[in-house]
Amino acid sequence: MYDVVIIGAGVVGTGIARELARYKLNIAVLEAGSDVAVGSSGANSGIVHAGYDCKPGTLMARLNVQGNAMFDEISRELDVPFKRNGSLVLAFNEDDISQLELLMTQGIRNGVPDLQILSGEEVLEMEPNVSSDVIAALWAPTGGITCPYGLAIAMAENAADNGVEFYFEHRVEYIEKKENGVFRIVTSRRDFAARYIVNAAGINGDVISKMAGDDSFSIHPRKGEYCLYDRKWGNTVKRTIFQPPSKMGKGVLVTPTVDGNLLVGPSAVDTDKRDDDYTSAEGLDFVYNIALKSVPSLSGDGVITVFAGLRAIADGGDFIIRPSYKVEGFIHAAGICSPGLTAAPAIAREVAAILARLSGELEPNKAFNPLRKGIKRFRDMDWEARAQLVEEDPRYGRIVCRCETVTEGEIVEALKSKLPVNAIDAIKRRTRAGMGRCQGGFCTPRIMEIVERELGIPMECITKKGGSSRIVLGKIKDFLKEGEGIE
Amino acid sequence: MQLICILCPRGCHIEINQGEDGKWEVKGYACKRGRDYAIQEATCPLRVLTTSIWVEGGNHRLVSAKTDRSIPKDKIIESLKQTKGLTVKAPIDIGDVLIENIAGTGANLIATRRVDIKQV
Amino acid sequence: MNRKTEVAIIGGGPAGLAAALSCYKHGIRDILILERDEYLGGILQQCIHNGFGLHWFGQELTGPEYAQRFIDEVNKVGIPYLLNTMVLEITKDKTVYAVNPRHGLIEIEAKAVILAMGCRERTRGALKIPGGRPAGVYTAGMAQRLINIEGYMPGREVVILGSGDIGLIMARRLTWEGARVKMVCEIMPYSTGLIRNVRQCLDDYGIPLKFRHTVIRIHGRERLEGVTIARVDDRRQPIEGTEEYVSCDTLLLSVGLIPENELSEGAGVMLDPLTGGPIVDEFRQTSVPGIFSCGNVLHVHDLVDYVSEEAEIAGEGVYRYINGRNPSADDYLLVMPGNGIRYVVPQRIYGDSDVEFFFRPNAIYDKGVVELTDGDRVFASKKLLRMVPGQMERLRLKREALAGEGKIKSLQLRWRGPDKEDDGACS
Repeated sequence: MYDVVIIGAGVVGTGIARELARYKLNIAVLEAGSDVAVGSSGANSGIVHAGYDCKPGTLMARLNVQGNAMFDEISRELDVPFKRNGSLVLAFNEDDISQLELLMTQGIRNGVPDLQILSGEEVLEMEPNVSSDVIAALWAPTGGITCPYGLAIAMAENAADNGVEFYFEHRVEYIEKKENGVFRIVTSRRDFAARYIVNAAGINGDVISKMAGDDSFSIHPRKGEYCLYDRKWGNTVKRTIFQPPSKMGKGVLVTPTVDGNLLVGPSAVDTDKRDDDYTSAEGLDFVYNIALKSVPSLSGDGVITVFAGLRAIADGGDFIIRPSYKVEGFIHAAGICSPGLTAAPAIAREVAAILARLSGELEPNKAFNPLRKGIKRFRDMDWEARAQLVEEDPRYGRIVCRCETVTEGEIVEALKSKLPVNAIDAIKRRTRAGMGRCQGGFCTPRIMEIVERELGIPMECITKKGGSSRIVLGKIKDFLKEGEGIE
Repeated sequence: MQLICILCPRGCHIEINQGEDGKWEVKGYACKRGRDYAIQEATCPLRVLTTSIWVEGGNHRLVSAKTDRSIPKDKIIESLKQTKGLTVKAPIDIGDVLIENIAGTGANLIATRRVDIKQV
Repeated sequence: MNRKTEVAIIGGGPAGLAAALSCYKHGIRDILILERDEYLGGILQQCIHNGFGLHWFGQELTGPEYAQRFIDEVNKVGIPYLLNTMVLEITKDKTVYAVNPRHGLIEIEAKAVILAMGCRERTRGALKIPGGRPAGVYTAGMAQRLINIEGYMPGREVVILGSGDIGLIMARRLTWEGARVKMVCEIMPYSTGLIRNVRQCLDDYGIPLKFRHTVIRIHGRERLEGVTIARVDDRRQPIEGTEEYVSCDTLLLSVGLIPENELSEGAGVMLDPLTGGPIVDEFRQTSVPGIFSCGNVLHVHDLVDYVSEEAEIAGEGVYRYINGRNPSADDYLLVMPGNGIRYVVPQRIYGDSDVEFFFRPNAIYDKGVVELTDGDRVFASKKLLRMVPGQMERLRLKREALAGEGKIKSLQLRWRGPDKEDDGACS
């Protein structure tokens, strides 16, 4: 019996798990996917927004600004890359300028610090690759960039270190509230019992809510497609470059990523499919063409991968973070679209406060350790630190992923981490092996050898991302059948 | 019959026909090997088979292998099936015979890579 | 580990091995090969098919056999090499920084450096093929490694995009392992691989080669379920109404190779956008004096024999460099690709030796002449029955040909003959 079951291990669910681990609670996180952050949290812009785009008075506005302010501390505690690179919203005409003014007013009301409207010249001075058609920009120095799945992984690992249990590939299929007030949660693997449920199910937040008997809102998926550029393009801009927002969102941005690539996107297309993470030629063309308006020198080449993610838009558009009005003990953290990543640490606090209100005072967990150490990053070390590391453990002297300079030592660290890691994508997201320009062409077979050796998983059983995503389907000679020819 | 010679990267387009006297008329080849190839291809096409064999106790999982001469194209599949289930022991040197007279073709399957004993 | 060496060779594949031996042959004794893999031979070790060595050895060898001949030679003359050694940085003044598990961090001061890192494959991401991101979409070279080095089958039902040589070779290899290769789609109206590979790898097994076709969608979330293919127009855009769903569990990409020059760029070496490799002179010296380049890192070859040949030239270049050959930028005569030519290597010449030009056409051409000219005079020429983009061609310029009155400003390599062949011939 758990005090709290959190459904969903995205950036919201893992953040809540970590926050609740500060209290003496028995907590489980149930995740349908094979790893943390496999939904929206794994496919977004990675921006820590300043908070000027949200309508004043909304939950979004408050939690965005609060969350933004928490990032320095949380990224330090959790050893997650984070950089306040600042963001610029470009204006190309008078209409745009009035938009900037509106954003500035909103931002000030939301409590965003240090906002400033810059002239076109000032913008070009800061960002020479931005279109010379720019006539002004809103400058928000508190804007930042982080690694969205890296943050979720870190929060989950820290939660796990502090006693939270994680169950992957446990898809919630049925929820009932028994007469004694305890929830019975049926998953694709086993049943769970819990006093409280936190709904952090992302794109399926309404589905989970309905399962529990609360149909008070629905979620509408909105797809966003992205192009990720080679590191060579990583310095094209230093700040995150926006255009004035539209009804559909913050528009197409051009930004460096915290890992040194350049990211362009997203498109914004409403879809009715909750698993529609396919990219499309139209979407990618759209993203590129709009981005050209911000950065005209952007090449069509240099893209190393494309991806799409879904944003969970709730009715009304605002976050839904409150107890269910229909089902006692059921707490929503739903409809978390942009700026959900930024808000995640603040959402976690909000949920903890709600739980405290519902259950009475929460008893602090004195043993809680807020610190988590990430996997060593050979590529980011100086010469002396590298030398010492290889001296201590020669596995750090064997480069497995040559594009991103990832060592065998790092891969092994990932495999031995607190959460179960055995799929190629899970290793990739923790070490960056396979994230570079050859996209795993060289290192995937080598990583498979290490997985086989370290975890004893036969090569044929190693997956890309769990489920049926096996990399190879058999040994050589296996498909040669006796008595059959080749057609 | 139109052929593309596969003996070298030049890829000559060769035309070969059998005259009434049973003699081959060959056109379009650039060297004598091409002419011979065309006649062979028209009568009994030959190919070199290359494959890999599992190795036990070696510093590589597999040893690459080839037939030491061309074998009839229609014997390729039978030859491949003969490699199924075969595991050879390290050490292996280039040229070592892995399967003698594969599929009765008269050709041997020989190793094309050196595999040393795995150092523990 | 810190050490000095006369020549540091980055890469122990066919280019690096041949370059090392060439240096040795020219009397250089202080050579060091740095190889990132755990064995020498590079990608040849996974190319278990035959067809290598006809030019260089006069006989047909498999990739591992071809490599072993060079490895044996390197061992015989005792050229040292470091395995599992990744070069992290090369500086303009030819200091090489590397790492391996045995020696840890390695700093090498070299008098000359030969870049022989090879190339990598273009990926699905670079092509921006839309759709899902399931397992089962691999480059042909990765599939080749999985099968020939690891011993595992990437799949049973395969579609191959691109008719590059590795893709063609893999079509046959997969077929021989009992997988079903349903088709090869090629966006161009001709094969980008060698004709003989189309013949012996596809035609032999009735595998259709669909020209002017590409993959426009990848289906599947966990494992690949199928692809949508479509015919393309002259601008290589998919034609509406020609879409066709093909079920498959594996998509292999053989859509081009990219010289891997991140290290070269770090050393300040200037690249040729046409080849993706360094701009070199006739001895394969790059824009940084003392840094040379050969093999697929310089431009993508279709025959390893030519890689060996080019590496030998680079080795001689190093010898000459160490002994004082040091042309300044102004001394060079530029060589540009003219009509019908996609690229030419070397891109500039000093004129102190005969020059072997390697080049590729930009389309298929029949019956004409390739000539090296300054606009007025022709310095070298060669008749060709046919030239195709999938096949590298060569032309030799005699040193004496450039002698004579009048300073030549620049040279152009061009095709003189009928216009490019109508694409229809290949369908």
